[in-house]
This record gives sequence, C-alpha cells and structure tokens, in this order.
Amino acid sequence: MLKIGVPSKGRLMEQTFEWFGARGVTMRQSGRDREYAGAVDGIDGVELVLLSAGEIPRELAAGRIHLGVTGSDLVRDKLADWDRQVAELAQMGFGHADLIIAVPAAWVDCDTMDDLDAVAAGFRAAHGFRLRIATKYHRLVREFLTEQGVAEYQLVDSQGATEGTVKNQTAEAIADITSTGETLRANDLKILGDSVIHQSQATLFAARQAGWDVEKRATLTRLAGMLGVKAGAI
Amino acid sequence: MTPKATIRAEAERLFAAFQAAGAIPVDADILLPAETLLDLYGEDLRARAYVTHDPLHGEMMLRPDFTVPVVQAHMAHGADPARYTYLGEVFRRQEHLDGRPREYLQVGYEIFDRTAPEAADAEVFALIADLLAGLPVTPVTGDMGLLMAAVAALDTTDRRKAALMRHIWRPNRFRALVDRFAGRVDPSPSRLALLQQAKGGIAAMIPETVTGLRSAQEIEARVAALVADADAPPIPAQQVAILDRLLALNGPLPQAVQVLDDMAKNMPALAAVAQRFRARMAALAKRGVAVETLGFEAAHGRNTLEYYDGFVFEFHTADQRPVASGGRYDALTARLGQGRSIPAVGGVIRPALVAELRGAV
Repeated sequence: MLKIGVPSKGRLMEQTFEWFGARGVTMRQSGRDREYAGAVDGIDGVELVLLSAGEIPRELAAGRIHLGVTGSDLVRDKLADWDRQVAELAQMGFGHADLIIAVPAAWVDCDTMDDLDAVAAGFRAAHGFRLRIATKYHRLVREFLTEQGVAEYQLVDSQGATEGTVKNQTAEAIADITSTGETLRANDLKILGDSVIHQSQATLFAARQAGWDVEKRATLTRLAGMLGVKAGAI
Repeated sequence: MTPKATIRAEAERLFAAFQAAGAIPVDADILLPAETLLDLYGEDLRARAYVTHDPLHGEMMLRPDFTVPVVQAHMAHGADPARYTYLGEVFRRQEHLDGRPREYLQVGYEIFDRTAPEAADAEVFALIADLLAGLPVTPVTGDMGLLMAAVAALDTTDRRKAALMRHIWRPNRFRALVDRFAGRVDPSPSRLALLQQAKGGIAAMIPETVTGLRSAQEIEARVAALVADADAPPIPAQQVAILDRLLALNGPLPQAVQVLDDMAKNMPALAAVAQRFRARMAALAKRGVAVETLGFEAAHGRNTLEYYDGFVFEFHTADQRPVASGGRYDALTARLGQGRSIPAVGGVIRPALVAELRGAV
C-alpha cells in the first residue's frame, strides 16, 4: 500500500480532505470522530495515515510514509538538506503563513535586519548577554540570520505562546509564523520589514527514501494523474 | 591495519614531530560548556557543533576544536612563553548529505609568545609545511590584520569603525555596511521618516510603555546615534577603493607586498602593515619556505570560525579539502583571559587526510 500522511485534526485536515476530494480522491476519518484512522475512496492501493502535522516531516524522512501533507515551513525547519530527503509535488494553496521576525513596537529605531544587528550589539554591551530571539523554527531562523550576517543573538526555544515571551522578558524578539499579524499587535510587537524568512503553505511531499517498488510507483502515477501533479522527481 | 589504526599511527607521528619541535603535550575535555563557545563564536556555531544536555550543567558541546580549551588552560596556569601540542577527536555537525566527516582526529601546535610574532607565525607554518612535504597539497596564506588596519585607518566615526570591525568575518554584512557608510545606498524611507521625526525631539518619539527588557533609554540612545550618524560625512571614495582593492588582493607574497606598498601611499597606516608583512616573509624564507611562489589571498580567513586576527594559512587538496589550517588569534586570549592576554598562533593537521594522500587508507 502507498501510505499518505495527512494532518490528523483541525482546519488543516479539513482543507486537505477538500483538496483531495475536489480531485476525485475521497478521504475520511473511519470510525468515530476522535479515532485517528482513515480511509481513501476513489483509488486503490492508497492508505491514509493520520498524523500530527509536526511529525509528518520526520515520517517522510524515515520513509515510513510515501507521501505527506504538511506545512513547507515544518519540512524546511525539521529536515537538514530537506530537498534531498523529500520532493515537493504540489503547493496546495491553503494554510498560508509567513515566518517573520518581530520586535517590540516601541523599538522606533529598529525596522530592518540591519537595525536588528546593531541593536543586538548594543544590547549585549548593555546587558552582558546576547539578545534573545524566541522561536520554534531553529534551523530556518539560524540559517536566515547567518545569511543576513546578524551577530550576537541567541535563539531560545519557545514551543508555544511565543508572542508573550517579550512581555515576560524571556526574550527580546521573536521569530514565528503569522498570517494576519493580529496576535503580534496584541502583544505590542511589529514585524521587521525585510525579515520574511519563509512563506509557508500546505504542501504535498513525496519521500525519496520510501520503498518505491513497481507497484507503489504505478499507484503514484495513477494518483498523480488524478491530482494533476508531476511525480517524475521520485 | 584498519583505516582507523593507520590514521591514528599517522596522528602519533605528527604528534611526536610537534613534541620534537619543543611543544608540551596537553589534553582537553571532549565535553565543553556550550555557553563559553557560543558566546565566543555566536549562535552560528550550533549549525557546526553537537550540543548535548547535561541534567546539572546545562548545555554541553562536543569539542569542535582545541583552541578554546588550550587557551583556557594556558591562561589559567601556563608558562610564558609556551608551546603546546595535542592530539584528539573533534566533532563537527554537518547539515548536508555530502559525506563530510562528523568526527576526525586533529593534531595541533600552538605558540604563546610575546616576542617576535612574525617569527612565531613562520615557525608554525614552516613546521606544518615540512610535515606535509611531498604531499599533493597547496598552501595559501592571508592576513586578517590587513583589513583590520585599513578599517582602523578610515576617516570616519569610531562607531562606524566598530561596526565594520564586528563584521570583518561576515563578508555580506561588511559589504552592506561599507555601502551605507560610503553613501552608496540611500537611507530607507522608514529611516528618513525617523530622522525627520527626531528633529522634534528624540524623547517624545519613545512610546510611554516599552515592552521587554531593552529600555526606553537604550532606544533613545540609539536614535541619537542614528541622528549623529546621518550627519557624519561618507567614507571618502578613495578609501573605499582601497578597501575594495585590499579585499581583491591575490597573488604570490612578493607581488602582494608591492601592492601593499602602493596602497600605503594613499593610506599611510598600511605602511606598518606592509613592514610586518615583509618581516614575516623574511622569517618564512629563513625557515626555507619558498615565499616567491607562496600564495596570498586577502579574503582568506574571512569565512572561518571568527577568531583569527592576523596571519592565516591553509594547505588544501586539489578538491579544496583542508589538510591543515591555522592562524594568529591574539584577541581570543584577551577574551578568554579575564583581563590578561598573550599573542598566540597555531595550526592543526588532519591526519586522516594525510594518510589518504599517502595512499595508506
């Protein structure tokens, strides 16, 4: 069976089901509402695996699922050399969010990454430690800051309520995903203009290391035909 | 012998040669406190080193190189002058599937000496060159001190010089700063708006409530600095041209020093640098190094872990893998020395590559 991993709850699951449904592949949760088992109609040889969106990159990298739907931000952050481990088959057009860097709105002197670097130098001189940026996207943020040539910062891990860390003084800035910016404003934060690290959306990925035998390849070709995507990269 | 045993035998041979040259063998822990290394190298180091967690001591790092522990040991209880050698594994996290090794042996040689830095530079380079003699490696040298001296000599504010010095090792940011300070790029609309607003008084610009640890005073002080910087004249075009020419400097040592002499006519501070360059060239020649053909690249050393601040060198294979590398790191000893410092220079050899080039593995 060709295993396809799909987010197990919420809007992301519903929109994924709708996306596949519109292309003749019907996905549904089997059994009761809270049971994480699924079924696929409209094509043979495909098995639905419901997973947390955050675990789908890892399962793809390990080859335990052949295809997976998750945010492009999660794949890029969790997998080193992501494009050698997975192939992007389709950008699905929902789940849009930007990974950005935000600082207190009161920092009238700080609008760009160039400013952030200068602020970080001044902050370290004044406080004796490196300016803290709270995030859960460690790889993406670190690579971005390296490329931008920002020095004297540190990343502190924040797995939730990241916007609150500045008010709580456990960080000076944050790097997080935002779609409307409302939560940022509510927490007196503003986005640095040139700090869009990644524009994420729900994406259908294929695992390069999964067991792609003749039968599964044939299933993929049929599925790709229905979905209108190219699967040649696999 | 297994490949590992062959590599270790090669390492022992190099280790013995460094001891024969007068170095005292030293040991270093493999698990190092991560904080010290991160404060020194910056957060970028996390992409290149393994961090692990100790339940009582917090974040620990698997030794990414020997320099920091050796300098710390020297600053705590070293003789003056001193020569050290070490042999052991270093660990490098790799973020790409390109087969680069995650752990390998390094054998190193470090000199802590207050007298004759050029002679010490030449000693380390020549010793390593001798040990690699006959192998298909190409040496290249550089000098981080050139760019630092040129920055220090710029006709501009101390604040701008400090900003450039901070980013000597980050070519992209350095370039962006030079462009801005030279007036090659226009200020952003938001910066112009800020400067306009500041004319009505800086204190009035700061919101009443400031979220987070960075205080209103700090914000105010930086706005004042931005206003002052906007009034500072651009770095003269002629000096920017010298920086550009310096960064592009590439050729054998005698040719490079001639270019330096030429540049010193327009930037007298470079004369002292050229003099040190000559002294090092003489010291290298005295130790039998063929300086006429030895390559110099001013940009070499700008992409390494940032602590070299003088002479730098590397011996690499035809496919650019570094068999040996090293350099001078005077400022590092001051940062780790808690008020004390000593000029230092050193280098490491990777025995696995030496064994490979000998055809032994």
